Amino acid sequence: MEPLLRIVQLRKSFGEHEVLAGIDLDVMRGETVSVIGPSGSGKTTLLRCINYLEKPSAGEIHIDGKLIGVRPSNGGYVHLSDRELAEERREIGFVFQRFNLFPHLTALENVTIAPRKVLGLTRAEAEKLGHEMLDKVGLGHKLDDYPERLSGGQQQRVAIARVLAMQPKLMLFDEATSALDPELIGEVLRVMRQLAEEGRTMVIVTHEIQFAGEVSDRIVFMDEGRVVEAGPPGEILYRSQHPRTKVFLSRIQER
Amino acid sequence: MERFWQVLAQKGPYILATLLGGLETTLVVAAGALVFALGFGLVIAFMRLSRLRLLRWPAIAYIEFIRGTPALVQLFVIYFGLPDVGLRPSPLQAAIVGLGINGAAYLAEIYRAGIAAIHRGQMEAALTLGMTPLGAMRYIILPQAIRTMLPPITNVAVTLLKDTALVSVVAAPEIMFFARNLVTETLQSMHVYLMAAAIYLCMTIPLSRFVAALERARRAWH
Repeated sequence: MEPLLRIVQLRKSFGEHEVLAGIDLDVMRGETVSVIGPSGSGKTTLLRCINYLEKPSAGEIHIDGKLIGVRPSNGGYVHLSDRELAEERREIGFVFQRFNLFPHLTALENVTIAPRKVLGLTRAEAEKLGHEMLDKVGLGHKLDDYPERLSGGQQQRVAIARVLAMQPKLMLFDEATSALDPELIGEVLRVMRQLAEEGRTMVIVTHEIQFAGEVSDRIVFMDEGRVVEAGPPGEILYRSQHPRTKVFLSRIQER
Repeated sequence: MERFWQVLAQKGPYILATLLGGLETTLVVAAGALVFALGFGLVIAFMRLSRLRLLRWPAIAYIEFIRGTPALVQLFVIYFGLPDVGLRPSPLQAAIVGLGINGAAYLAEIYRAGIAAIHRGQMEAALTLGMTPLGAMRYIILPQAIRTMLPPITNVAVTLLKDTALVSVVAAPEIMFFARNLVTETLQSMHVYLMAAAIYLCMTIPLSRFVAALERARRAWH
């Protein structure tokens, strides 16, 4: 079976500094993959490259067999126009560490703006969809609240509903709970767990190792811009023979 | 001093009535220049923010040139200079375009600062939802930026309104144009110009109050 997401020899440099040094990764349809690793290992950059928030320096990203961000031309590549890129990004949901809700819009409007302006749904259709999605994340009672009136956990759940409303093939979570107070992390992880159980295809960058072990089909351990190892959670988290993985996991446990 | 009040009582109504004959032109020039500046300024701001040097550099040059030279000189270039290359703007056209391109440079910087003040995450979130950069600008960035931009934009409107006095030198029949004619006619410089000042104040004070109210509202909102 063809993977939903296929990353081939992905490289990214910022000036002299090489952040991704040749990443290969396949994610199957319905699979939940968590990416763990020390700060600065390139996890976030990997995620941002997948939907072209960062332009890769080299390598290929395929979603559903389709090359993302570029189009082959005369043996080389040309970058897609803003409009073409926008169409490809519809299919890839992104949940940010800092939520990035639109502060001038209510919770419901945050969820409905893209379905209306990008997919061309009518206001009524979009609001029905928005209702459903906010219900799903447990915020059906906060439709008309502006983000500033919501807690961090609630804001992140609205952000997840906003992504769900676009019905993406693939969802990317960039340290979705790192900016939250400890007591608010659980409500966001619950929603993410529910999505994983529904069989959505998800790539999760996280520091919540225990959570990653519970919900993931596979764990990818990254260090210094490379995939050190990847495999089922038990193998990586408890039986890894790789020294770098062991050092990282023991440091995490010390905290 | 007694004589001052006598003259005012005698000639005041006539001076006021004559000056108000220029009110319509003043308002037309100010409004026309403002509309021109609001639109053209946005174009300049987008060029200024572009990644393409070919767009960015002309915008920078434009802003620097306009802000670094007197509006009066710009007006002269348009009204007296353009005929040399075959264009003959009417006084009204020269006035609107001259003040318009002037205001556009200031507005472009206000727009740019307002847009730059919106956190990068807002643009990124909009892009990840499948919006184009232009769509993100329209639905996400500008509606937020406008809240911080409205007070300085209104200040530009006040400046434009006052700068309409400059266009009397290209013979646009606005308030100051009538004022100068009145002085020749009545020889009452003090009365005429003070009364002209009073008319400008009647227009600018409400605008300034409006800015102050906006800023109070913005502080309350945060």
